[in-house]
Amino acid sequence: MNSVQLKRKILNKVLDFLAAFSVVIALAPLISILYTVVMEGLPAINLAFLTQLPGPVGEEGGGFGNAIQGSFIVVGIASLIGLPIGILSGVYLAEYGNNRFGRMVSFTADVLTGVPSIITGIFAYILIVMRFGGFSALAGGVALATMMIPVIVRTTEESMRLVPDEIREASLALGIPPWKTSLRIVLSTAQFGIITGALLTIARVSGETAPLLFTAFSNRFYFDGVMNPVATLPVMIYTYALSPFEDWHTQAWGGALVLVSAILVLSIGVRFAAGRKYSGGM
Amino acid sequence: MRKRFSPDTMFEFAVGAVAFTGVILLAVLLLGELVLGAMPSIKTFGVGFLFETTWDPVFEKFGALAFIYGTLLSSFLAMLIGVPLSLGIAIYLAEVASSNVRTLISPVIELMAAIPSVIIGLWGIFVFAPFMRDYIATPLAKYLGFLPFFSGPAFGLSFLTAGFILAFMIIPIVSSITREALLAVPVLQKEGALALGATRWEMIVMTVLPYSRAAIFGAVIIGLGRAIGETMAVTMVIGNTPQLAASLLAPGYSMAAVIANEFTEATGDLYLSALIEIGLILFIISILVNASSRLLVWRYFEVRDSK
Repeated sequence: MNSVQLKRKILNKVLDFLAAFSVVIALAPLISILYTVVMEGLPAINLAFLTQLPGPVGEEGGGFGNAIQGSFIVVGIASLIGLPIGILSGVYLAEYGNNRFGRMVSFTADVLTGVPSIITGIFAYILIVMRFGGFSALAGGVALATMMIPVIVRTTEESMRLVPDEIREASLALGIPPWKTSLRIVLSTAQFGIITGALLTIARVSGETAPLLFTAFSNRFYFDGVMNPVATLPVMIYTYALSPFEDWHTQAWGGALVLVSAILVLSIGVRFAAGRKYSGGM
Repeated sequence: MRKRFSPDTMFEFAVGAVAFTGVILLAVLLLGELVLGAMPSIKTFGVGFLFETTWDPVFEKFGALAFIYGTLLSSFLAMLIGVPLSLGIAIYLAEVASSNVRTLISPVIELMAAIPSVIIGLWGIFVFAPFMRDYIATPLAKYLGFLPFFSGPAFGLSFLTAGFILAFMIIPIVSSITREALLAVPVLQKEGALALGATRWEMIVMTVLPYSRAAIFGAVIIGLGRAIGETMAVTMVIGNTPQLAASLLAPGYSMAAVIANEFTEATGDLYLSALIEIGLILFIISILVNASSRLLVWRYFEVRDSK
């Protein structure tokens, strides 16, 4: 082997190594994050942490009970607003969207998915908080719904477009009117993909902090109506992380462990179910 | 004969109306409210808002330059660190690793995207920033301190730390789009290069990368859009000091971070309006960045699918 060939071979191996090394570098922070969250978070977790209200400043104990409850409520409000709007818009795009208006909606939804989450917070602040005179669970829900809608629109559209035309035609041939075919046949055939997309989007927005900072704001007490501020897990983690108290930091890690576990269980579970469904044939 | 108000036309009209309200009207409302909210600030400061560094709530003198600088600098650093790594990961998974390794590693890399940014920020404050200060920033300041980028005291919370954190956050999306783009390169192209005696990497440089260039560029711009808009993780590690420091080891501020920090405290209409104007600038930048990246990625995969 002459020296040119040797050089090429060595260069090839070096680049192979560098490429593999970049995988290692990308995995290191992920592993470190998961390890720290578990190690620092576990000592904070107990029944009181999951169920009680936060303790007064400077006193040990207390929990994130209200924040856990609040996260469910705000994400619930967001889903109530975002899912119907997103899914029906997706139905329109898949069934009637092959025109200029449809393509415009598609493109706008795509561009909206890239809007920074803090901007949806400002939007809900002007729309709800300023109009109704105060921070509220509703404003938080609107901010998160604004993030959800474009994603749900696109996943619904894509899932429905995957439904084979034969199924549509079979339904129409049986005399079922087109609108009923869309809703009862196409939508229900595509429901698995739509539910998967919805659950992944819910998992994604339940970790959002920025849109909630000045919409849902925070509260040291339990949920008190949709027009009042409410504590949420991400905002609570943020507040506690930046506080000067050592035991608040521990509680922030505890909250992080709860949040990460919930999100990972939801998103990995959904992906696992989806993977089995798609790889296991019909 | 089709009736004018048949259930079908009504259904089409109804879902069309939802799509119009939920997507188009939403986008218009978003932009409209931001513009209206920013109006007092736009009228008071004009274009000078973009070039003024003073941020003084007490005397109501506001300029966004320090925040724009911080956002652009931290995002630029994120690209500098994250893009080569993403490219390496994508090439490894698409061309080097076996398909078993690919199906195992790909979802793990993408798992990072599922971690909420506030938790990445929490890790950033307590784990990564101290690590940066002790093992990266301090040596850089000591040995390369004569360069303006590494001059001055080394802080844990800095532009560079924010850049690293952002790099970690954009790697999943940039590397996965790039990986898909590489996998979409026709096998014949690759085999041609290999048949001519090229090594794997010569083949990658000669055929794979030129073919998928446009989609990779689109992936990079999507990553840039994410980095520019990222809020919590940056807020927690950039140091929140509005200044135009040349040193990457100095603390800074970003557009999203100042909104996150000061919005609830903004007393006075002009203060709030100035923050909303920063939001508007951020919104416009991210819309432009996203629209262009979508067009690039779309076109690539469309051309391929139509073949």
